[in-house]
Amino acid sequence: MTGSTGVLGALAAHLLGAGGLVLPHLNYSTILPELILLGGMLVILAASALSPRPLPTEVYATATVGLGIASLIASLVLWRDVTSHGAFTAIARSIDVDGFAVFFLVVVSCILIVAPMFAAGYLRREGITGCEYYVLALISGSGAMFMASANDLILIFLGLEILSIPLYVLAGLDHRREASGEAAMKYFVLGAFSSAIFVYGIALTYGATGSTNLAEIGAFLSRNVITSNGVLLGGLALLLVGFAFKVAAVPFHMWTPDVYQGAPTPATGFMAAMAKAGGFAALLRVFVSTFPTLRTSWQPVVWVLAILTLVLGAVVAIVQNDVKRMLAYSSINHAGFVLLGLEAATARGIAGSLYYVFVYSLLVLGSFAVVAAVGGNGDADHDISRYRGLGRRRPVLAVGFAILLLAQAGAPFTTGFFSKFYVVEAAVAAHSYALAVIAMGSAGVAAFFYLRVVFVMFSDVGIAGASDVSRGGGEIARAGAVAAEVREQDATLLGGAGASAVATLVAPAYVAAPELAPEGTPSEPEVSVSPWVTTGLVLCVGATLVFGIWPQPLVDFAHQATLIF
Amino acid sequence: MIHAAFLIPLLPLAGFAVLAPFGRRLGNPLSGWIATVLVAASFVVTVLVFIALFRQAPAHREFTQSWFTWFAADRLNVGAGLLVDPLSMTMATFVTGVSALIHLYSIGYMKHDPQFAKFFTYLNLFVFSMLMLVLADNFVLSFFGWEGVGVCSYFLIAFWFDRADAASAGKKAMIFNRIGDAGFLLGLFLIFERTGSLQYTTVFSRLGHVGTPSLVAIALLLFLGAVGKSAQIPLFPWLADAMAGPTPVSALIHAATMVTAGVYMMCRISPVLHLAPDAGHVIAWFGVATAFIGATSACAQTDIKKVLAYSTVSQLGYMFLAAGSGAYVAAVFLMLTHAFYKALLFLGAGSVIHAMEEDQDIKNMGGLTKLMPITAVTFLLGWFSIAGVPPFSGFWSKGDVLQNAWAVSPALWAIGAVTALLTAYYMGREYFLVFLGERRWSEARPTETDPSSPGYTSRGLHPHDPTWHMSVPLVVLAALAVLGGLLNLPFRPNLDFLERWLDPVVGPYLLQTHFSAGQQWLFAVADAALAIAGVGLAASLWRRTTDRPALEPRFLYMAWFIDWAEDRFVARTGTALAYFSATVIESKVIDGAVNGVASLVRGTGGALRRLQTGYVRSYALGLVAGVVALVAYVLVRVGS
Amino acid sequence: MSVHASWYLTLAALLFTIGAVGLLVRRNVLVMFMCVELMLNAANLTFVTFARALDDIGGQVAVFFVLVVAAAEVVVGLGIIVAIFRRKVGATADDAHMLKG
Repeated sequence: MTGSTGVLGALAAHLLGAGGLVLPHLNYSTILPELILLGGMLVILAASALSPRPLPTEVYATATVGLGIASLIASLVLWRDVTSHGAFTAIARSIDVDGFAVFFLVVVSCILIVAPMFAAGYLRREGITGCEYYVLALISGSGAMFMASANDLILIFLGLEILSIPLYVLAGLDHRREASGEAAMKYFVLGAFSSAIFVYGIALTYGATGSTNLAEIGAFLSRNVITSNGVLLGGLALLLVGFAFKVAAVPFHMWTPDVYQGAPTPATGFMAAMAKAGGFAALLRVFVSTFPTLRTSWQPVVWVLAILTLVLGAVVAIVQNDVKRMLAYSSINHAGFVLLGLEAATARGIAGSLYYVFVYSLLVLGSFAVVAAVGGNGDADHDISRYRGLGRRRPVLAVGFAILLLAQAGAPFTTGFFSKFYVVEAAVAAHSYALAVIAMGSAGVAAFFYLRVVFVMFSDVGIAGASDVSRGGGEIARAGAVAAEVREQDATLLGGAGASAVATLVAPAYVAAPELAPEGTPSEPEVSVSPWVTTGLVLCVGATLVFGIWPQPLVDFAHQATLIF
Repeated sequence: MIHAAFLIPLLPLAGFAVLAPFGRRLGNPLSGWIATVLVAASFVVTVLVFIALFRQAPAHREFTQSWFTWFAADRLNVGAGLLVDPLSMTMATFVTGVSALIHLYSIGYMKHDPQFAKFFTYLNLFVFSMLMLVLADNFVLSFFGWEGVGVCSYFLIAFWFDRADAASAGKKAMIFNRIGDAGFLLGLFLIFERTGSLQYTTVFSRLGHVGTPSLVAIALLLFLGAVGKSAQIPLFPWLADAMAGPTPVSALIHAATMVTAGVYMMCRISPVLHLAPDAGHVIAWFGVATAFIGATSACAQTDIKKVLAYSTVSQLGYMFLAAGSGAYVAAVFLMLTHAFYKALLFLGAGSVIHAMEEDQDIKNMGGLTKLMPITAVTFLLGWFSIAGVPPFSGFWSKGDVLQNAWAVSPALWAIGAVTALLTAYYMGREYFLVFLGERRWSEARPTETDPSSPGYTSRGLHPHDPTWHMSVPLVVLAALAVLGGLLNLPFRPNLDFLERWLDPVVGPYLLQTHFSAGQQWLFAVADAALAIAGVGLAASLWRRTTDRPALEPRFLYMAWFIDWAEDRFVARTGTALAYFSATVIESKVIDGAVNGVASLVRGTGGALRRLQTGYVRSYALGLVAGVVALVAYVLVRVGS
Repeated sequence: MSVHASWYLTLAALLFTIGAVGLLVRRNVLVMFMCVELMLNAANLTFVTFARALDDIGGQVAVFFVLVVAAAEVVVGLGIIVAIFRRKVGATADDAHMLKG
């Protein structure tokens, strides 16, 4: 009787063997953030059901933000425990409480603080009542948290499903719109498919190592030198497929553009941030801390995945005229950068990946929030032409979006610069020169489509003559001028200066921007931004700039998270 | 108290943070007062820190206050922190002190300007940047301040951006400074490459392992940065044009503080210069040449501020002469006294310009002494100081510089001595033309100035002393200009306060001079004679006459045609090259390549997007294909 | 009489493959989803087999979790399918291909 395969094994062993039922000690404080989210979710659900008349969406949003803050505080308390007492496992060794897990608890909490703000504005505008978005977001968040702190493949699987199933529903939240349903269906079918593959991977890994507990697998692998066990490697490969699907790595990415485009925009931002956070948390933990002995086997695979992801994400994004879909492809490109850190498999690489995921979460949430605002009622139209002249119509919004896009492009004085810098630097330190070069190249290509949106926003005229350098320069100058003007109004000094500086640097890049349809749509769509969305954007843009100018606290946080594994 | 050092730059930054968003709402004069009080508070903190530092034993007068790691990557670890040592505190004290006075002056000077609050916003940001420059504990943070003062200088020169000359002067300053900054940046790269650090103390402790050629290169690259920032030949023309900015800006930025940043940097890297004497000689010769060219050019100017601008160029040349000779104490001494008397002269000039309703031509002035007694007297004291008339401050500081120059090469001394004579002369010329002689302006004369310019009134000219906001700084600065020499008196060993104060920083690298008391007296007599001769020359030539074309040749008026030549040969060639590269290289070669790559990328993207058919089935197939590829890989690995 | 574990594993692999191929070739969303269930159950069979072979109860317990998750997926999946195909009677997965490129 081994009775040591995690909570279940222990439970079952005692049930069958000793005749008495001995429950494992449940240290609730170790899963307090998850419990806060789930408990709060139940309260919201109950309140929604019991309330005689429908509650306004803002009430739910406030509650969700509150829960996010509460779980953030709980996570920080855990962080204190971990930094003072070191890492430990809990609940029959199925939960890992370490810096790595707590880092992701913090990331998820932050996503849950910001995402409801963007959702509230959107749902109000679209007239979608009810608490579904918030409840689903909370469940999904708890799933991501479980994935991050799981020390057992079964728990990772459960976390993955708790994360994913609400996302399927979120994708189809706007059932009046056909695209939303299609997105949900595609996501669901492919998600279920990848889950099945993932479970089979767990089964094979279990068969090869005799346990689903990560610590025990690790111990087993360090006792037995296994390098070419087909069952184990097959299981590992299938696990990788499951994770790669979740984080949208090529070639398991194909659902991403369609789902991102079809889903209601705030749901898109949420799933982009949350699924990547959860997916990368588990992916990094399983591969780096559990299977380091098999690194020579999985590293080449990750290498190929990273290159495909980097290249395809950037190259296909460039031909998109739909901004929402372009951002979907750009998120694929970002996943490639995070994979760089995994491929390096060094402490620095992991720290870089963690930092990247954190930074990316806020960038992508904010970006999709702007897309939601500009897209108009019913996610009507996300074509790039809608963004023309946004800098004049909504200068603050446009500058905010420009900062987010420039950060995604990796402009200095934004978090995006350091996130790219750290993973590429880790790749170079790990002698993955080819990968580093390709990553830089893809960042260069990616800069085209981010800047294209920026230029369009700050240009009032049609830019049919896109290869006209001087014209482009003029627009850049105007972009800078508008940025400067807004800077004076809003004192977002460095953002404006940074934006114009970067725009000047890459002026020639403009020639590669695809031609837009000639001017012909004089009616300019109305863009309304609710205070909720504004608050969220201020948070996202503020974090992007503050931690872009002063990156060290976040970098230290990510670095310590990898130390306290 | 030393731990309060962080407040020194933080207070002006707080001023900027408040004024940037709310300045306009706070209005005139409240926003100006906020800015002034915060800078004054910063001055008070500086003095307290100074005293605290002074109480330490000389060997312990170095204190690093680390704030946080700014960014780190591999070997590169750049922190944000302050280095509190005698040199940085000396700089910080006079920067905050002079800044506070000039802030106060500006409240009066800018009274009628519609952009009053914006002016103080920029001024506070400037003071913050300048303090970061001098207080930083590493090259990168100093460079941050270096760029910061450059940007503020640009904003402030072009403050009246609707005037064409102001806008283009701002641009010119920016471009000339960029040339220098490129050198500075390269210098930083080289330092990091050779020593693996950018922290001042660490770099200096590792210099032993760096070869002399590298040290010379580092010193000269940083000097190139200083040439741009401190307006040395050949990059000085921007400073004359920069006079298009408001006069307090000229006084603060383009006389007292920012332009001395290059000198500060040379003193800061004294350990490097000590090991690279060749670089020191280059710097000394550039300095003395600039001093001479600046002084001669000042002799022929007719704009009250341009005389002062070329004078500043000349004085900065003296400072580089001192730094290049290894006389860092003399350089700092001259920097301090120069800050006092030149700020005084500029503020006096500003007061005159106000009185003359924006007419800056000294040929149109005259006879102002009785009408503006405070201005006239303080200006006179400033003149005697800069001329080096004993016992005014300039006498001591310039004497110190020249004495050290002699120790390096008598030729340097000779040029410096002639320049000293010219200095006394051109300032005398200005004084006589402005304050003495007959009135060449009329009370009824309708002003020709643009009615939109600040301070415009449609009445005739009624020159008078300015409001107390402007007079108080004049008087304080005049007192400092007169008494500044007390900081570092020769002859008696315990009167050289500045030398002993700076000893922990630059002491080991100082040029060793061995002059007997008799020789020192000889130098002093020579200096005094030159100064008095210059004053006398000016008096004899300009007391009655206002027009002496022979003494104002076009060659000097155009500042040796250096600006013209640079414009002609460098700027126009550059423009032509740029035009050529834009029309031919860019559009044919680069565009072709870029477009080729771009169309390749887009073609690939277009092809790849066709894989995205929209059918779930094909997506599942893609997934399965990935799985199959992975399984195949596993089989190959297991099989092999 | 005992059957060697590898037979069960082979059967499971076969079922898994049938499920995967079924998902690729069928167009009815419900049938596609049944194929996923088949794959999940192939994984379950693998779990049980290994649990027997390793004499470890953990694998058998895992099956319960997979079953629960499968049930949850069915609930959500059917909901989504019904929501989409309420407006189009008799539609297949291929009819939803508005989003592409």
